Amino acid sequence: MNQQPPPNSFRQGPDARGRFGNFGGRFVAETLMPLILEVEAAYEASKTDQAFQDEWRRLLTHYVGRPSPLWFAERLTTHLRKDAAPGMGAKVYFKRDELNHTGAHKINAVLGQILLAKKMGKTRIIAETGAGQHGVATATACALMDLPCVVYMGATDVERQQPNVFRMKLLGAEVVPVTSGAATLKDAMNEGLRDWVANVRDTYYCIGTVAGPHPYPAMVRDFQSVIGIEAKAQMQEAEGRLPDVLVAAVGGGSNAMGLFYPFLDDADVAMVGVEAAGRGLDSGEHAAALSRGRPGVLHGNRTYLLQDGDGQITEAHSISAGLDYPGVGPEHSWLHELGRVTYSGVTDDEALAAFQLCSKLEGIIPALEPAHALAEVMKMAPKMPAEKIILMNLCGRGDKDIFTVAKHLGENI
Amino acid sequence: MSRIATKFAALKAQGRGALIPFLEAFDPDRETAMAILRGMPAAGADLIEIGVPFTDPMADGPTVQKAGQRGLKAGATMAGTLGMVRDFREGDAETPVILMGYFNPILSYGVARFCAEAAEAGVDGLIVVDVPPEEADEIAPDATANGLDLIRLIAPTTGEDRLPKVLSATTGFVYYVAITGVTGTRSASTDDLAAAIPRIRKYTDLPIAIGFGVRTPQQAGEASRIADGAVVASALIEGLVASLDAEGRATAATVPAVLDRVRELAEAVRKG
Repeated sequence: MNQQPPPNSFRQGPDARGRFGNFGGRFVAETLMPLILEVEAAYEASKTDQAFQDEWRRLLTHYVGRPSPLWFAERLTTHLRKDAAPGMGAKVYFKRDELNHTGAHKINAVLGQILLAKKMGKTRIIAETGAGQHGVATATACALMDLPCVVYMGATDVERQQPNVFRMKLLGAEVVPVTSGAATLKDAMNEGLRDWVANVRDTYYCIGTVAGPHPYPAMVRDFQSVIGIEAKAQMQEAEGRLPDVLVAAVGGGSNAMGLFYPFLDDADVAMVGVEAAGRGLDSGEHAAALSRGRPGVLHGNRTYLLQDGDGQITEAHSISAGLDYPGVGPEHSWLHELGRVTYSGVTDDEALAAFQLCSKLEGIIPALEPAHALAEVMKMAPKMPAEKIILMNLCGRGDKDIFTVAKHLGENI
Repeated sequence: MSRIATKFAALKAQGRGALIPFLEAFDPDRETAMAILRGMPAAGADLIEIGVPFTDPMADGPTVQKAGQRGLKAGATMAGTLGMVRDFREGDAETPVILMGYFNPILSYGVARFCAEAAEAGVDGLIVVDVPPEEADEIAPDATANGLDLIRLIAPTTGEDRLPKVLSATTGFVYYVAITGVTGTRSASTDDLAAAIPRIRKYTDLPIAIGFGVRTPQQAGEASRIADGAVVASALIEGLVASLDAEGRATAATVPAVLDRVRELAEAVRKG
């Protein structure tokens, strides 16, 4: 941990260089650099462009279905109190971003970015995807706005996320399987960047998480912050106060930043980011960049990365394709070093158990990504007094995962 | 004067541009890569660019990507790559050597330690693809302190407003990326190059080398005349790949396959 004093505000980043403390930045090849600066200028201008903001809000309300509900998970809360000591067992709320059109939080930032791309005069959209949720969201926005869309997806992920691959095709996108490396999200992002370098003049790269070169980490966070802003107001209405703890899954970390960011300066609100511990944090097969990685530079930013002693990037592992990434957004690295957010790990098996429990108790089939967050909630809640409140981001629905889960449970469907 | 400046000045006096062949360290194994490296000056290389293998080379096409993967599989490390340069320098004190790679392996090695050891091993310049001028302070102070040139990329997308900023941070020579794209994919037209180079010359007296898409002897000849040098990478690696056996191991044909191509390229560059 760094010994730097805490900042006056945790919401001041990034600086003019795109840094959150020592993390972030713009580590890209010169070919992309002018375009990165163009995206930054366009994004800055969009913040005060009322017509842009109005159109994004209109789409969020009438196309996505926002605000997403805040749900008191009463049966889950009761269940977790059963084995807790008397007076223990926190109340659990879900922020239900799985009810968004396309089934996850990704659409929030995608619509913002595609509107920006149109404003910049770009005529072609590319994206990378892991679980396929960001790819589906991008393909959806491109269908709506009549833009050609190419989605890069690791061949391994194409295999394990077939429903989403088909969805993207139905929506008119071209899905390009990427076979380099381990053929997962990292490799898809490499291929996306290579495409962008080659088609820089007409193409906009719609990044799905709070990573990549500046301004992407800040821009995607700002668009996703709609989650936390809504949740804050909804929690005031439901409980008359803020929650005690926020919990969210962290792969690249966009749903977590979206929930956390509006609360960062509320000192009484604790936050837990849940990384994928795969087969265990010490198994060597996980995706826990913050818990087990060290700072490095990949995909345009300095952040915590899974890497070997020579600075070669190592493969991540998670049952969840959306968390299967060896890096993490730079703002998370900063919040981790400052200690503002605590980062923990949940294994494949724990996530699978949470996935099933949530389905049976709440009638909500969560995606495997938020199932990691839920597994953490299941560990925390019984140890907290009953009057405490946990707010978890249920950032995606599990329809896409039923085949993966069935396979792990030994069922043929 | 640095080895790089000395070389370009000598070539200018001869009235020709430089041939800068590329090889990936440890591709397909250390011994073969070392034999190629040692043979390059006699085959006509004026400067040599050595690729430092990285798992995620974002600016490279499939040919260089796979070369890096073979290098890593053969045990390439930063220390191993520097060791190759050190061995090369035992027999060659004149040919400038430039390392081209990505920032993370350097960061992991320690920027100060890397720059000191690279200079000590006999490296003359660095091309760090993903460190643009905006991030220059990450490496420039240590590179400068150790007498290493920091060679920057200029791309077709680098506008007039940006050229002075990029060029002012460049030493040694300027590397003009001829296409918007990754290595080994397509080539720029002679007309495009003829228009691009004078645009850069307005802002710098440094030599300019053209890379990305320079494949044939004819293209190398043209590029070296339009600018001050031509970098050839993917075309050489393709020759190497064609010489490997079914298991991807070097054969007796591997070293000659690469050096023969270097000779053909050198001939075209020397035709004037």
